[in-house]
Amino acid sequence: MEKRQVSNILESLDWITVGLYLLLVLMGWLNVYAAVYNEDYHSIFDISQRYGKQMLWILAAVLLIIIILLIDVKIYVFFSYFIYGFVILLLLLVLTLGVEVNASKSWFEIAGIRIQPAEFSKVATILALANYLSDPNRRLLQLKTLLTTLIIIAIPMGLILLQNDTGTAIVFVSLIFMLYREGLPGWILFLGFMAIVVSVLALTKPFIVPMAVIVIIALIYAYSISKQKDDVKHFSLGFFTIIGIFVGIKYLFSLSILLEWIVMGVILASLPLLVYYAFLKRGAKMLIIWVISISFILFSYSIDYFYDNFLQPHQKDRIDHVLGINFDPQGAGYNVHQSKIAIGSGGFWGKGFLQGTQTKFDFVPEQSTDFIFCTIGEEWGFVGSTTVIMLFLALLIRIIILAERQRSHFSRIYGYGVFSILFFHVAINIGMTIGITPVIGIPLPFFSYGGSSLWAFTILLFIFLRLDANRRFLVK
Amino acid sequence: MKDEYSNKPVIIGAIAVAVLFIYIVRLFILQMFETQYHESATSNVLRLMVQYPNRGLIYDRNNNLLVHNEAVYDVIVIPRQVKEFDTAEFCKILGIDKDYVQKQLIATRRYSRLKPSIFLKQISSYENALFVEKNYKFPGFYTQTRAIRKYPEHNSAHLLGYVGEVSDQIIKQDTSYKSGDYIGINGLERAYEHLLRGQKGVEIFLVDVHNRIKGRFKEGKYDKPAIPGLDIQISIDANLQNYGEQLMRNKLGAIIAVEPSSGEILCMVSAPSFDPNLLSGRERTSNYRMLELDSLKPLFNRALQAQYPPGSTFKLINALVGQQVNVLNPNTTYSCFGGYTVGRFHLGCHSHPSPLRLIESIAMSCNTYYCHVYRNILDHQGQINFRKNFMAWASMVKSFGLGDKLGLDFPFELPGFIPDTSFYDRRFGNKRWVSLNIISNSIGQGEILTTPLQMANMACAIANRGYYYIPHFIKKIENQDHIPEKYTTPIHTKIDPKYFPIVIEGMFQAVNGGAGSTARVARVDGLDICGKTGTAQNPHGKDHSIFIAFAPKDNPKIAVAVYVENAGFGATWSAPIASLIIERYLKGEISPSRKYLEDRILQANLIDGKASGI
Repeated sequence: MEKRQVSNILESLDWITVGLYLLLVLMGWLNVYAAVYNEDYHSIFDISQRYGKQMLWILAAVLLIIIILLIDVKIYVFFSYFIYGFVILLLLLVLTLGVEVNASKSWFEIAGIRIQPAEFSKVATILALANYLSDPNRRLLQLKTLLTTLIIIAIPMGLILLQNDTGTAIVFVSLIFMLYREGLPGWILFLGFMAIVVSVLALTKPFIVPMAVIVIIALIYAYSISKQKDDVKHFSLGFFTIIGIFVGIKYLFSLSILLEWIVMGVILASLPLLVYYAFLKRGAKMLIIWVISISFILFSYSIDYFYDNFLQPHQKDRIDHVLGINFDPQGAGYNVHQSKIAIGSGGFWGKGFLQGTQTKFDFVPEQSTDFIFCTIGEEWGFVGSTTVIMLFLALLIRIIILAERQRSHFSRIYGYGVFSILFFHVAINIGMTIGITPVIGIPLPFFSYGGSSLWAFTILLFIFLRLDANRRFLVK
Repeated sequence: MKDEYSNKPVIIGAIAVAVLFIYIVRLFILQMFETQYHESATSNVLRLMVQYPNRGLIYDRNNNLLVHNEAVYDVIVIPRQVKEFDTAEFCKILGIDKDYVQKQLIATRRYSRLKPSIFLKQISSYENALFVEKNYKFPGFYTQTRAIRKYPEHNSAHLLGYVGEVSDQIIKQDTSYKSGDYIGINGLERAYEHLLRGQKGVEIFLVDVHNRIKGRFKEGKYDKPAIPGLDIQISIDANLQNYGEQLMRNKLGAIIAVEPSSGEILCMVSAPSFDPNLLSGRERTSNYRMLELDSLKPLFNRALQAQYPPGSTFKLINALVGQQVNVLNPNTTYSCFGGYTVGRFHLGCHSHPSPLRLIESIAMSCNTYYCHVYRNILDHQGQINFRKNFMAWASMVKSFGLGDKLGLDFPFELPGFIPDTSFYDRRFGNKRWVSLNIISNSIGQGEILTTPLQMANMACAIANRGYYYIPHFIKKIENQDHIPEKYTTPIHTKIDPKYFPIVIEGMFQAVNGGAGSTARVARVDGLDICGKTGTAQNPHGKDHSIFIAFAPKDNPKIAVAVYVENAGFGATWSAPIASLIIERYLKGEISPSRKYLEDRILQANLIDGKASGI
């Protein structure tokens, strides 16, 4: 009986995912070795160094995998709320009993080993959401369901924010992908995305940039739904000519901020014209576009205003830090620059294993953790970094495919949760090393040095694989 | 139902593909085309040079410079960049031995192989010039400018305080300090640390593998200039301060002078003193240890921290309280026959004419008179009201700023002591004490303790006829119009102003009166000095000599308190010193007829052969 069950699991386990996982973890280990390589301790198995420790974490992760696969799937469903509650309790405890590392109070220290409960809260939250949303009587768009869902997400997020670990807290925002799959309309996803882009632009770029982005997107959308495409085209042409002239004058004569206000006036005044031009059969929709655009413009202004007038200096610092606004030698801007030098110097083929000079010589402080991708870029070049990205992409697509073949809703929802978290981590982490996304201190899954993060991602993925191995049966 | 969801997996997948595809394109551009990154990677390393701000300067009330900065250099090492080098030459340039090099290299490597740490502190600009010239031979090392404090007057150590490296404890509490930063540790340097310190900046240089600076990183785009600290002007008169330091040479004690009309402190001397430059620079730690071990305790700021009994100067307060509670008026007369006797109790007095009225009682400092006054204050409505009377007395005394910290802009002030009922209940048993038990308070010899600062402030309150300003040093802060309001708001005593003139007349007579007046030595023609002597009994040796005074009598410009330890009567040492201070401040010089007095003070050695360490 026991034996048959084990062989059943091994048979129905998705070995493609397992293979991708092992490949990524081993590559991660080699890169941690390269990142903190120290002539005095050259063995990769030396457990006094980070690479030796990472090996121990990997061995422990394999043990974890075996345990996870042996546990009956029903346990995950049945105990999901309990696990969630337990992790919340840990998050509360760490606020008082935790030790502070890098200004974040988010670690337990037991016998010299540091554990970060925030990493595990992702798994717990997804389990709880999967259980809650898989109830056939609930529809996501019912107010009560939606609110409960948001509360389930907000509690761990808030507690992690209190630990001063903004990066990990923001990861929870990614669950919007999961909610989108489970019934959230597409336009919310789009508006949410726009809100993030606009706030980041509003805080980091001159006022004119977020406005331009808003107007361009509004025009493209208007064009796509308009019957009179020529009118929209002409309007756009004229509109951008005027803006162009103003911006040109501003830069030529380096005039003051007043001009930005004039530009904004022009934009506000011309948006009704846009509506008028396109006001034919789908006038109502055009009106909506206009209203939304105006709200976004006001929103981008109010974010700036709110930031300037209501935030405490330390809150501003935190935001500045995340967005990399202020150049702080030990902070964001410096790291990104160093990281770009390291990656850029890799060229097409890279410098070769352990041959990176930047990673050896310089002070990217999070070289083996958050900035591990620059070691890949420097030593393995474009070929290596693209390979890593493609492997992650393969894993992400594979997770979507697996999620879609589930019979039980619980497993599918959980699968999309796994996708959301992994995708967010990969996109933000790699994005920040090449200077595209803000520097949010979150690890690259399976690569970054650290037990908590490796184990948390392992648990996250393998619970899903365990659920998948059981896909022919309803787990709930 | 199914339709609505069918394209969602595709959209989600497409988003992932799109984002990661953009990344691949970006990587392609970054790694294949943006060649400037290849160059910066092969030939350059960034070096962050912290720019330490110049600490704010301190000027006296007449814009004389009291504290300025002098450049020194720290040798910095980045252990990972160190290659083999000629240790002998290295040691010769820096004046260190090989053991030190070994020890420091191990210590800094243990701290961090990548981060710069201080290898050797505060080398001179000459050593720095030699080192910079040969720097190419010592990869991994470079020097960085620091500034240390210089005190051109070589005195006023207690007043100015000193600066030193910030402690780990402070770094934990205030993250704006980093290891190796300087912080004001005592004196004005500590009190105005927040204004003086400024803000650190950073300059980023490109350095090649030979440790040579190739230029600024991105033309200095990411540099942050250091913002210098604010200069401050303090109320001290440097001439007066220097003069006070001279007068107190070879003596133990303190002088503190305050301008009554503003509360500005004009001079603060604590003796013995030392050269503040001893506590600035590389030798700070060993010098500090030496000063700490000195038996005369030169580090102890007597002006704010010594708590002595006020002695007879306290009779002034009792004279004022007595009038306020209506047990005393200018015509109240008591006889004195060599002391105050009740039953077997006897408190002695010196010989003087008798009987006395209020004015003469102050001028001649009669003990017996104040025993009567004090007992009347406490017992005037019968035994039943004794505790209430005592508390009323204590509260009026405290209204002169005694018994609590005054709250001036200076660290480590001590509160002195004014006893309360619970104190005596503990000493004598609950409610088992009467006025006679505490009669010593009448002449300032009981349990009362005051600091010289509090005595000077008390003199101000009397000089102002009933109010004072919290004594303070700050006069002007760079770029600011006002000093804190706390220092410009008068604080009123609980004594009606109308009771002051008679007491002041007593003080005037003490200095300017006829035979029997206690402080005639302090008389200066035309200055109308008002003063009161005091002698504080000292269980450890000879009495302490005390004098408080202010001048002129009308519109006083200066109030002063002088303590000289183990020097006997107030009139012998403290009164002349106080009068010299007043004369010097109001006239700018000492009149020829009083030169002999000045010489006597300057030459006096009251330390009894106890050698000072300095």
